[in-house]
Amino acid sequence: MKLVYFSWIREKLGLAEEEVTPPEHVGTVGELLDWLGSRSEAFEAVLEHDKVIRVAVDRVHVHDRATPIDGAQEIALFPPMTGG
Amino acid sequence: MSKPATGDKSATGKPDIRIQREDFDPAAEIERLTSGRRDIGAVVTFTGLCRDEDGRLAALELEHYPGMAEEEIARIAEEAMARWPLTGLTAIHRHGRIEPGDNIVLVVAASSHRQAAFEAASFVMDFLKTRAPFWKKEHPLDGSSGEWVEARSEDDSSAARWKG
Repeated sequence: MKLVYFSWIREKLGLAEEEVTPPEHVGTVGELLDWLGSRSEAFEAVLEHDKVIRVAVDRVHVHDRATPIDGAQEIALFPPMTGG
Repeated sequence: MSKPATGDKSATGKPDIRIQREDFDPAAEIERLTSGRRDIGAVVTFTGLCRDEDGRLAALELEHYPGMAEEEIARIAEEAMARWPLTGLTAIHRHGRIEPGDNIVLVVAASSHRQAAFEAASFVMDFLKTRAPFWKKEHPLDGSSGEWVEARSEDDSSAARWKG
């Protein structure tokens, strides 16, 4: 699946997007974040702000970290929005 | 098969959503919603501009999530169309570098009566602020590296007042 990052999350990671294949035990948004945190120090640093991180699965906001990611093509991580 | 009525706009067509780098012209957007029609009694427009934060700001950089930005504003606009009897609804949001005094966002709501137009425009802005994937970064005039703008809790409470 493709991961896309925005705003200060993108800057902290030094990465706008990446292709990942999570292991089979990673089935939810929350498990994905945990797994990503275990992969890199940069991501672990981003997860220090875990409470404010927003997630979109296939370009739709998800509000529950228990949301399944099975079959998802694109998962986005970003801080609270400040448009308008 | 019955033939649908032709013309530029159906009575309650789809909202017109645009995400663009270029500026927009509020007068032209009003004209686009009202020209050739005799059933519209009210048009409310909201224009959001970039302010200079007491002279501190050189510009804002507006980052967005291409694809989702359009889709999310369309979802908000469609909720507004379902909730109020609108004859037209336009939302335009710019991205890229925007300087103080420049336009950022435009919402135009048209209806037979003013209440629906006022409320729908306000509803769209409240949800656009909390749900549309855009992020502002400040570029200060003094050349220092700017900060990302923090989300305001007031924006969440503005959106929450439409519940129920």
